[in-house]
Amino acid sequence: MSLAEQYIAFMTIVRKEIKRYLRIWTQTLLPSAITMSLYFVIFGTLIGSRIGEMGGFSYMQFVVPGLIMMAIVTNSYSNVVSSFFGSKFNNSVEELLVSPVPNYVILMGYVTGGVTRGLFVAIVVTLVSLFFTELHIHSYLVVVVIVLMTSVLFALAGFINAVYANSFDDISIVPTFVLTPLIYLGGVFYSMDLLPEFWANVSRLNPLVYVVNAFRYGMLGVSDVSLTVSFAMIAFFTVVAFSYSMHLLNTGKRLRQ
Amino acid sequence: MIPALQIENLCKVYADGFAALKGISLQVEQGDFFALLGPNGAGKSTTIGIICSLVAKTQGSLSVFGVNIDEDFPAAKKFIGVVPQEFNFNQFEKGIDIVVNQAGYYGLPRELAKERAEKYLKALGLWDKREIPSRMLSGGMKRRLMIARALVHEPRLLILDEPTAGVDIEMRRSMWDFLKKINAAGTTIILTTHYLEEAEALCRNIAIINHGEIVENTSVRALLSQLHREVFIFDSSNALPQDVVIAGFAVQRIDDHTLEVAVEKGQHINEVFAALNTLGVQVASMRNKANRLEEMFVNLVEGGA
Repeated sequence: MSLAEQYIAFMTIVRKEIKRYLRIWTQTLLPSAITMSLYFVIFGTLIGSRIGEMGGFSYMQFVVPGLIMMAIVTNSYSNVVSSFFGSKFNNSVEELLVSPVPNYVILMGYVTGGVTRGLFVAIVVTLVSLFFTELHIHSYLVVVVIVLMTSVLFALAGFINAVYANSFDDISIVPTFVLTPLIYLGGVFYSMDLLPEFWANVSRLNPLVYVVNAFRYGMLGVSDVSLTVSFAMIAFFTVVAFSYSMHLLNTGKRLRQ
Repeated sequence: MIPALQIENLCKVYADGFAALKGISLQVEQGDFFALLGPNGAGKSTTIGIICSLVAKTQGSLSVFGVNIDEDFPAAKKFIGVVPQEFNFNQFEKGIDIVVNQAGYYGLPRELAKERAEKYLKALGLWDKREIPSRMLSGGMKRRLMIARALVHEPRLLILDEPTAGVDIEMRRSMWDFLKKINAAGTTIILTTHYLEEAEALCRNIAIINHGEIVENTSVRALLSQLHREVFIFDSSNALPQDVVIAGFAVQRIDDHTLEVAVEKGQHINEVFAALNTLGVQVASMRNKANRLEEMFVNLVEGGA
């Protein structure tokens, strides 16, 4: 396939993915907006008003970056895992497998679909947050780069989950029992300064700590961990996830007989 | 001329150790209408799966219009359109989207993809249904949708795995007419089917596969000429005599108006008509007792012929 043909194939996959989540927007876009609004009301307004400052900001300002990032992570992941597993489940993945589309184009198409949903929901959640607090942007560059890197990383993770999944139960196990706990323990709602040294060090093993703190730095200019380390960790995990996804596609594991 | 499909010593052993293909070799010429027949589990779908890359071969080589799949599978795939046995599209998507997207996967620009989708959805009588979710289509319509999808990039080799399974007779006939037109226009077609009448009506050449091996590979005409005996059923408009005897032929009276006559190779059916005329039997119609190809098929897979 020429590069022009590959681009057409890529855009076809991306368009299909966007159309899919817009068609079922009540399942894909609305829940995040509602959930995050509740977080803003409960943790930001009701409880947050009694907590006082954290990291030099009001508690509401402190949790907003984490909550936006939480929406990006869960939506990028969910989009790819449910869409790709769905195409495996109804065998429509064969439409791609019999075609001459290179594997990396298939992967990039699905990942980009997940990234667009992550960004879409991030914008919705950010707009919702404006009803509760003022928006601070410390560094647009850091915000944009970290949002893109994070959504790519978790879209890739969703892809790997989808390849291994055998049932719809399998696509909800990781988000429920791995992703959500890591997000909650990743410093969305608290500064790691509050933790005893031991637990603060344990927390540094959680990749979500780097994601949330890098994004918080981009918005507020404060972070519990080094920005450089955060970028390096996210980049490292992205390369690993991309390489493994390509390995799965190239070997046809669980896709071809 | 380069063959449309060349398979040499193709083997497939699945992870559980089952040898689905045991070194088959096959050649399909350009422009042919080729039937791949065999009982369930014979290896037909495995062969098709390997051709279109859904199944990884264990050994052997396979070329499509001279392009070896081990050297440039994407180039080979561009030549192929495949209609699988099972529905394999997202049933929540509209027919038009399914076909246009498939064109996109082959690198066709969007405008051209839409034109082609219109062309083939109209040709297959689905244009009026293009905007409804595909799950709302009837079984026959879903099969035609898969044919439109397979044709949208205008492949030179169309592979159909049991395309008329579960389709009513009228729809089957119209699909046959459509496939004949596509073939006449130059598309090579490979067909697997359980309806042997379908293979006899459509195909020029045939391969019969059984237990992962090719047991026959010849023209349909040559295969049928191997038949040693055919049984015909005669329907009479008047009542048959109680004892119907035709010298040299095995005759069985089924009821007052139906007669079965076995005609051996070398005998002439005219003799039967002449004898029935002498007996005063008014023949209203005559037909084969079984599909001729079916008889050959049973003989071959049971090791008889």
